[in-house]
Amino acid sequence: MTGVILRRRVTDVASKILMGVAAVIGVFFLLWILWTTLRFGIAGMHWDLFTKDTPPPGTDTFGLRNAFVGSLILLGLSLLIGVPVGLMAGTWLAEYGFKSRTANAVRFVNDIMLSAPSIEIGLFAYAIVVDPMGHFSAVAGSVALAVLMVPIIVRTSDEMLSLVGGDMREAAIALGAPKSVVITKVTWRAARAGILTGVLIGLARITGETAPLLFTVLNNQYYSTDVFRPMANIPVVIFQFALSPYANWQQMAWAAAFITVVFVLVLSVVARVFLGRVQAPK
Amino acid sequence: MNGSDPAARIDIQSAPAERKAAPRTRRLAGDFLFHKAAVFAAFLAAAALFATVAAIAYDSRQAIETFGVWRFLKSSEWNPVTQTFGALSFIVGTLVSSAIAMILAVPLSFGTAVFITEIAPFWIKKPIAGAIELLAGIPSIVYGLWGLLVFAPVFAQIEPWVNQYLGAIPGIGLLFQGPPMGIGMLTAGIILAIMILPYISSIMRDVFLIVPSSLRESAYAMGCTTWEVAWHITLPYTRSAVVGGMFLGLGRALGETMAVTFVIGNSNTLSASLLMPSATIPSVLANEFTEATTKLYVSSLIYLGLVLIAVTLVVRFLAVLLIRHLQRGEGAST
Repeated sequence: MTGVILRRRVTDVASKILMGVAAVIGVFFLLWILWTTLRFGIAGMHWDLFTKDTPPPGTDTFGLRNAFVGSLILLGLSLLIGVPVGLMAGTWLAEYGFKSRTANAVRFVNDIMLSAPSIEIGLFAYAIVVDPMGHFSAVAGSVALAVLMVPIIVRTSDEMLSLVGGDMREAAIALGAPKSVVITKVTWRAARAGILTGVLIGLARITGETAPLLFTVLNNQYYSTDVFRPMANIPVVIFQFALSPYANWQQMAWAAAFITVVFVLVLSVVARVFLGRVQAPK
Repeated sequence: MNGSDPAARIDIQSAPAERKAAPRTRRLAGDFLFHKAAVFAAFLAAAALFATVAAIAYDSRQAIETFGVWRFLKSSEWNPVTQTFGALSFIVGTLVSSAIAMILAVPLSFGTAVFITEIAPFWIKKPIAGAIELLAGIPSIVYGLWGLLVFAPVFAQIEPWVNQYLGAIPGIGLLFQGPPMGIGMLTAGIILAIMILPYISSIMRDVFLIVPSSLRESAYAMGCTTWEVAWHITLPYTRSAVVGGMFLGLGRALGETMAVTFVIGNSNTLSASLLMPSATIPSVLANEFTEATTKLYVSSLIYLGLVLIAVTLVVRFLAVLLIRHLQRGEGAST
């Protein structure tokens, strides 16, 4: 008997140690990544990053203004396309489709899109926007980012709207409100924190997306706000600058990565706060 | 799943809202338009998947016509100069780098998840779990940047050791022979593993937490050790969800572009050694797409995208089969 107990105890202790080590390794690498991003990112901070455009090769000046502006335009356009489509599709699922076969099929397809590789979405945007237009453009990039963002918004708004209690809807219907009014004035309002969470998560997801932008927006060395032309943007700048041999370019890549990470983390934390507000009343 | 009350919903649907509002034509028109807009949006969201596949297939038609299917899949020659293109080395690169990532990430994620749910003292659980979940949101390009500029130089110092010891083992030693450059297939696999670790472990943690505490506490009451509870109670109870989480991580790894492109070395040649530079389908797309000069070249690259869709679909299909199989087992055991 004691042999068995000893063996079990040894297995238990050994496994506990191994799992502790696994957790330490996992957390170690992730903290290492955060730490270097923080260190090099702050070292690369420079006022010129926000006031000057990306420098030509071989010069040792700093500047990312065109890329920041381009990225903001891209994200804004993607929100403009993605939020209405995602919200309305989620609304259809939660308010019209319910658990019908069609609605479940849409949910199934949406879940596949949720995990579709972003590079495929980039190829899609290339095929439907860039190829017919004949050149790269910010619009094409926004289409790609919107396609990446929509499934997230669809899913969260579907779930969040479904959480809204039936009594609230019934009260509105009893007052004689037509369905569209019930949805826009009652259920959307009741679920607004949850819907906003979905939008923020979607925004966080597309902020650092690089692969689809390589086929759609590409890059622009100059300051440009023409959405039908290639535009500078942070992710592609990070990609190109990191692979360059110039020290100042690599430094700028770190600075841009740092700002991206901070932006994404802030978005996720805010999303979490909203989500906490949704779940708290239960 | 979404915690709604089905009975309440049916009530609403059957309520004669439309009929009541009938006299107010303007509102009714608004209602009609709103409904149609919602239907259209849902259609768009669902059609995106089919449109993606169709558009990619359409744009790769020239390469399909030129190289066919089998010839493209089994040829490893990728030569823009002679305009001959084959996908084999990229398919192998994609599968091998993802396999390395899974081999490393799955045990680590499992350990991390069990550590958080069963072993860790209470005060440390939340910070670790929260940190890991936040890290899952970091853009993959940051992993790539870190891999290229921080990890690869460090790994280049370790590689001679790998070469000397692992490379000396007969058989699998072949995998670990090569120049210590710091970049290559193995590095790409490691970076991918670090990237998918937060996904897999947070899914595992989530499902471990839904194991009924009565079940776990009964096991503890019978004198089970922590390991026995984790391995014989928690894991069997959640295995289909755990496998689902693993495949979600695998899906990410297969399609990941930026984290791989920076560190894999981008070589079109097949090589037995994991230390040699290689390429995956996403990495070659990211690297060569903007430089592709001829129509056939672009079309072949998009064809690679189509092959990647096929690969991920096959993986997804296998995952669904495996999960169904496991769920059947779960039904019997609980």
